[in-house]
Amino acid sequence: MTTDSKSARNFVAPHVRSLPKSGIRDFFDIVAGRKDVISLGIGEPDFQTPWHIRERAIESIELGATRYTSNLGSPELRKALASYMSQSFQTDYDWASEILVTVGVSEAFDLAIRALISPGDEVLYHEPCFVAYAPLIRMAHGVPVAVETFRKDEFRLTIEELEKKVTPKTRALLINFPNNPTGATLKQADTEALADFAIRHDLVLISDEVYSELTYEGGRYSMTSIPRLRDRLIFLNGFSKAWSMTGFRLGYACGPASLIDAMMKIHQYGMMCASSTSQIAGVEALKHGDADIAEMRDSYHLRRNFIVASLNEMGLDCFMPRGAFYVFPSIQSTGLSSKDFALRLLNDYSVACVPGSAFGDCGQGFLRCAYATSMEQLKEAMDRMATFVKKF
Amino acid sequence: MDPLLGLLKKNARESDEILAKELATTPEDIRARIASYEKEGIIRAFQAVVNEDRLDSTGVRAVIELRIRPEREGGFDRIATRISKFPQVETMFLMSGAYDLLLFVKGQSLQEVANFVSARLAPLDGVLSTATHFMLKTYKDQGVLMESEAHDDRLQVCP
Repeated sequence: MTTDSKSARNFVAPHVRSLPKSGIRDFFDIVAGRKDVISLGIGEPDFQTPWHIRERAIESIELGATRYTSNLGSPELRKALASYMSQSFQTDYDWASEILVTVGVSEAFDLAIRALISPGDEVLYHEPCFVAYAPLIRMAHGVPVAVETFRKDEFRLTIEELEKKVTPKTRALLINFPNNPTGATLKQADTEALADFAIRHDLVLISDEVYSELTYEGGRYSMTSIPRLRDRLIFLNGFSKAWSMTGFRLGYACGPASLIDAMMKIHQYGMMCASSTSQIAGVEALKHGDADIAEMRDSYHLRRNFIVASLNEMGLDCFMPRGAFYVFPSIQSTGLSSKDFALRLLNDYSVACVPGSAFGDCGQGFLRCAYATSMEQLKEAMDRMATFVKKF
Repeated sequence: MDPLLGLLKKNARESDEILAKELATTPEDIRARIASYEKEGIIRAFQAVVNEDRLDSTGVRAVIELRIRPEREGGFDRIATRISKFPQVETMFLMSGAYDLLLFVKGQSLQEVANFVSARLAPLDGVLSTATHFMLKTYKDQGVLMESEAHDDRLQVCP
């Protein structure tokens, strides 16, 4: 029960008051409580966290490893991260000064933005995208500037669109590939062009690569592969998607020491450190979790094949994404808006997908379907959706 | 290993159409591959994993360690093959270590299994010793947990 009334004094700061509620949240409220729903709306792996990782976390609690760690993260975890980064991304980040352990990638992004921008500075990001970017930029008193991506480019970010939006006030460019919600990935030529763009306009490039372990058919190109970007790149990654560890809330940032140090300052006052249990679990994942990633990746790969084939078969145009666990079919052939399509599909057929418009205006006409759910559920959802689409 | 075999091991009842979509091929190709695996003896059977603890009157199951004397010609194979043909023997392996054969045996009662061991296995020429362990509860069988972990408790829609 809320006790607010219209006459009550509003204590909330204007820049927070004006933040829009997430379109996903809207949709969640509609779905919540319905038991019959098959949800393709979940941006979270369906696998349990691998047992050896959970078991290590339990053991660490039994042994009493429940204290604060270094603000930057435990040395053991940072060393393991440096070694993982070196093996997987061929980087040479110094564990002591160039890696910061955070509470999920979201915190890492928040720290990067707050460390970089002054009030009024602009940050370029591309849409459709994860719902937290623009609000976090706003809460840091920055100006989020959306750059559109398109189906014709398979939702890759183009320099042409970026050049339309960059101004002398632009301080940073945020990118997220493999992308939530489209599943889009970059090609090597894209990474080169984006690097040139950032250097040409003297921007810091923040690359959220949390889905980097989930790429198919060689879809993985990382911004870390470009040496000339190193002094202006903040690389963000986490454990949620690769090892199905969402509730552990564990992420990290790699970058030049001066930027990591600035992010650490904010982190040490606001957060102190990431959970010690999660950090220990993270070390276990990095040291002994290669097979887990491979198993989950293979499974997502097959489900992606199935869902893309099924969607195209029912007449919804869907490109073959090479990353993450999302597909982003067009529903324009039905003549419905994204939201109407999603609502009718939910009400009449009990299948929940998130309207593309929840991820930015240019997501209108599309739907995000997450295939991080069992084949049984996916099959049933595709059958129901095909019946629905036949009506148009 | 062919990913098709991996998928069938997880769910042998999956339809050819679904398998074809997952593996980006045609149902005809799936049927041909399965037929060929059956012909080559690579696929031996399609079976369900049943949690027998959940059934009424499930009988009893035991693991039996057998030490046997290898023969000059043929080693363990002749006697092992002979033992494997008893219908009571559900699964059987030749092992390294302290014993030679590991048998998974099923019977209606403790007595029946005990009789099988004493009357059928132990007297066989070449069997040196037996050790019988009765199974009390199944936690996991062929990679399948008998009690599922907490059901899917993820938020129904999340970013």
